[in-house]
Amino acid sequence: MVQLTLPKNSKIRTGKTWPKPEGAKNVRKFQIYRWNPDDGENPRVDTYFVDMDTCGPMVLDALIKIKNEIDPTLTFRRSCREGICGSCAMNIDGINTLACIYGMDEIKGDVKVYPLPHMPVVKDLIPDLTHFYAQHASIMPWLETKTSRPEHEWRQSIEDRKKLDGLYECVMCASCSTACPSYWWNGDRYLGPAALLHAYRWIIDSRDEATGERLDDLEDPFKLYRCHTIMNCAKTCPKGLNPAKAIQEIKKMMVERQL
Amino acid sequence: MAYMTARKRATGMGSAKTGTSHFWNMTISSVALLVLVPLFVFTFGPMLGEPYPEVVAYFSRPFPAIVAALTLLVGFVHFKNGAQVMIEDYVQGLARKISIIAVICISYAAAATGLFAIARLAL
Repeated sequence: MVQLTLPKNSKIRTGKTWPKPEGAKNVRKFQIYRWNPDDGENPRVDTYFVDMDTCGPMVLDALIKIKNEIDPTLTFRRSCREGICGSCAMNIDGINTLACIYGMDEIKGDVKVYPLPHMPVVKDLIPDLTHFYAQHASIMPWLETKTSRPEHEWRQSIEDRKKLDGLYECVMCASCSTACPSYWWNGDRYLGPAALLHAYRWIIDSRDEATGERLDDLEDPFKLYRCHTIMNCAKTCPKGLNPAKAIQEIKKMMVERQL
Repeated sequence: MAYMTARKRATGMGSAKTGTSHFWNMTISSVALLVLVPLFVFTFGPMLGEPYPEVVAYFSRPFPAIVAALTLLVGFVHFKNGAQVMIEDYVQGLARKISIIAVICISYAAAATGLFAIARLAL
């Protein structure tokens, strides 16, 4: 359901401004969303100043520096720091992206960091992705076969393997789904761009033998047809993928098997 | 708050096994309107502000009357399907069902009124 205003206990207030690092000449201002479920307070935006001469080039470098040197209570997910694990997805400068591969030189002015939009917040920059992961699991993201297992591997031609390019690279960071207005309003039933991109990845896998069942499961006004080709998913994807195109291909297949 | 697993919540009541026909109907009516709307503008436009007898005589001809009737019919069917999608997007629960019923009734009523008016002019 559309919510045009935040509930009272979610309204964001101005938070603490941390002191500037002494003697630093090249300082950058960071405004970071903070919320702690344990203190009963509303969310706030804290202001930090980071010495850029002693900081790495990516937003994640700055967040780690803030946590290590200024405020150890700042909470965020991170792991690989090279755009492979998808852990550090957050809203930076108004764009859902991965903090580890988003350079601070791409941002003009203050660096504003918020958690992924329209998701329940666990703490600070950490969204609750339980439902997102469950939706991904519901599309059966694995090879489904009925034929007896071959002695060696399931074979695939070079051409068929190429069809998976632009799909298999998804790291499930949730940037696309949380950028999608349809997912904001109907995320409980709409699978969202990430899960549908994965669904298409298995639908067109030449080795998979559950194409019909997969399409049957998606034949639903909400699971699939909430996509209105808004394209926020493709615009925001930090890996440069195009979930909207994958969804369109699924819709085409749905029509093809009826005509 | 119900105690449900995340998977149960995500799966919900499963697939409705429908949706493609609605999507395909919207696609067809969009393509039809792409042709019909310019035809309607060019056939209906010259009659704007003309005296009643001239309009009646004009719409007694099959082409302008059929174009106008098809535009109204396809337009309101397209409106019905589009408005239903918007309601499904933004409204929930009982209000969703009531709104969809209302939109369907209004669309068919408006289409019928338009067709009746064209028929009166044409016949």
